[in-house]
Amino acid sequence: MEILYLLIPLSAALVLVILGIFGWALHRGQFEDLEREGERILQYDPSHVDDDQIDAAQQSKQSPPV
Amino acid sequence: MAVNSRTAPTYTDDTVRWFALATIVWGVVGMLVGVIIAAQLAWPDLNLGIPWLSYGRLRPLHTNAVIFAFGGCALFATSLHVVQRTCQTPLFAPGLAKLVFVGWQLVILAAAVSLPMGWTQGKEYAELEWPIDLLIAVVWVAYAVVFFGTIGIRKVRHIYVANWFFGAFIIAVALLHIVNSAAIPVSLTKSYSAYAGVQDAMVQWWYGHNAVGFFLTAGFLGMMYYYIPKQAERPVYSYRLSIVHFWALIFTYMWAGPHHLHYTALPDWAQSIGMIFSLVLLAPSWGGMINGIMTLSGAWHKLRDDPILKFLIVSLSFYGMSTFEGPMMSIKTVNALSHYTDWTVGHVHSGALGWVGLISMGSMYYLIPKLFGQKQMYSVRAIELHFWIATIGIVLYIAAMWIAGVMQGLMWRAINPDGTLVYTFVESVKATYPFYVTRLLGGTLYLSGMLIMAWNTVMTVRAGKAAVVPVPPVAAAHA
Repeated sequence: MEILYLLIPLSAALVLVILGIFGWALHRGQFEDLEREGERILQYDPSHVDDDQIDAAQQSKQSPPV
Repeated sequence: MAVNSRTAPTYTDDTVRWFALATIVWGVVGMLVGVIIAAQLAWPDLNLGIPWLSYGRLRPLHTNAVIFAFGGCALFATSLHVVQRTCQTPLFAPGLAKLVFVGWQLVILAAAVSLPMGWTQGKEYAELEWPIDLLIAVVWVAYAVVFFGTIGIRKVRHIYVANWFFGAFIIAVALLHIVNSAAIPVSLTKSYSAYAGVQDAMVQWWYGHNAVGFFLTAGFLGMMYYYIPKQAERPVYSYRLSIVHFWALIFTYMWAGPHHLHYTALPDWAQSIGMIFSLVLLAPSWGGMINGIMTLSGAWHKLRDDPILKFLIVSLSFYGMSTFEGPMMSIKTVNALSHYTDWTVGHVHSGALGWVGLISMGSMYYLIPKLFGQKQMYSVRAIELHFWIATIGIVLYIAAMWIAGVMQGLMWRAINPDGTLVYTFVESVKATYPFYVTRLLGGTLYLSGMLIMAWNTVMTVRAGKAAVVPVPPVAAAHA
């Protein structure tokens, strides 16, 4: 069963990668204010979405600072 | 809202449209081949003595056509639609997206020629020979570039949960495909696996089960988390739970594969690990199913009036059923009865026809009219008819296979007091005949539903024209 020397490290590495991505998502604020994110895809009115949800870079490009 | 259509950016929907129409075409083709081989199992003479029409060659054609052509095109169409709408940006590298479409259709056509010719690597769900495997790898990388590129240029900071599911599906399938398809070519049409014996079996089912987990589950859950809330016009029941669903599923899926190799030369402990991980999977699967269905909580009346919601919600109940049945079948003592019988075939089809098929059809019924500038499909009554025909077909199919499978398992293990077998194998085949005929009837009903959908799609497309949808100003609406 030498194949397990490939598959087990591969799965373990994958878990580490997944953990890394999870950590990235956590630190980038992906999981803040979750319930509002669920509703976002249904919103048609621009005013419903707050400014802080726009990427800072995008925001500075598209609208002059107040 | 006033949008200047000449200057405002528009969504890149061409590729989505093509993939949506291809989904319908390949659905009809793949299910037709399925009906033909179901008939061959009841009446073997139907292969007409022609090698290209023999069961052994058409069966991989059927599985490849429904999984990778029908299911694959549905995943391409919906993922490229959802990622644009939820990121509020057109596709990254739209030209590359068109190449993905052309490349994937080439893969499908190559499969349609090579499999009846008998050119196969002999690996279930990975039969295609090495030149086609290389093409798949190239197309898949291009797809990943388009999808993750679009995430990269998103205008909304939060990445919607459906994109996480689609993203995991794309990465996992790339990894599985590359590891499992490693082979040493001896000619253009023949190669040998890089692994041998039980090693090869382990790699194959590591691939095989994760293909179910990431291709047939994660990708379609991406559809579920976008199209159910959109069609129900309600946010998903618990967005928080959907995040937990995602991370729990991808952390636990990778090691369920050995349950396909119970009681084989695979070490016993590896089989047990496969069984335990399979049982653990029940929790995230049911969490996701309940989350999806409860999205209708407080608005159940919509289920009565809206046939598209019927497709979407009933698909989830089949998801729940097969993710309960799967872990049960992975228990070694249950598997001792079910393995190699038609119960397995029934289980696969409860997931394939019930979950993957119905969620794809429901999503397409939502998507197609919008892609062609129509409010709804040409005939809503035809959607309702399709739903009932398909559901009755599934029930006939899986009930027949359950009974046949348990019967076969019991006949094979029946032993006389003197230790000899009570039944010969062919007696179990003979006893299965009526169930094969019932299965054929169920499959024919399911195919008929697909034909109704194809007609409905043609009429919808003829009545409309390709819709150009402007991207709403940042942080505004979703089309």
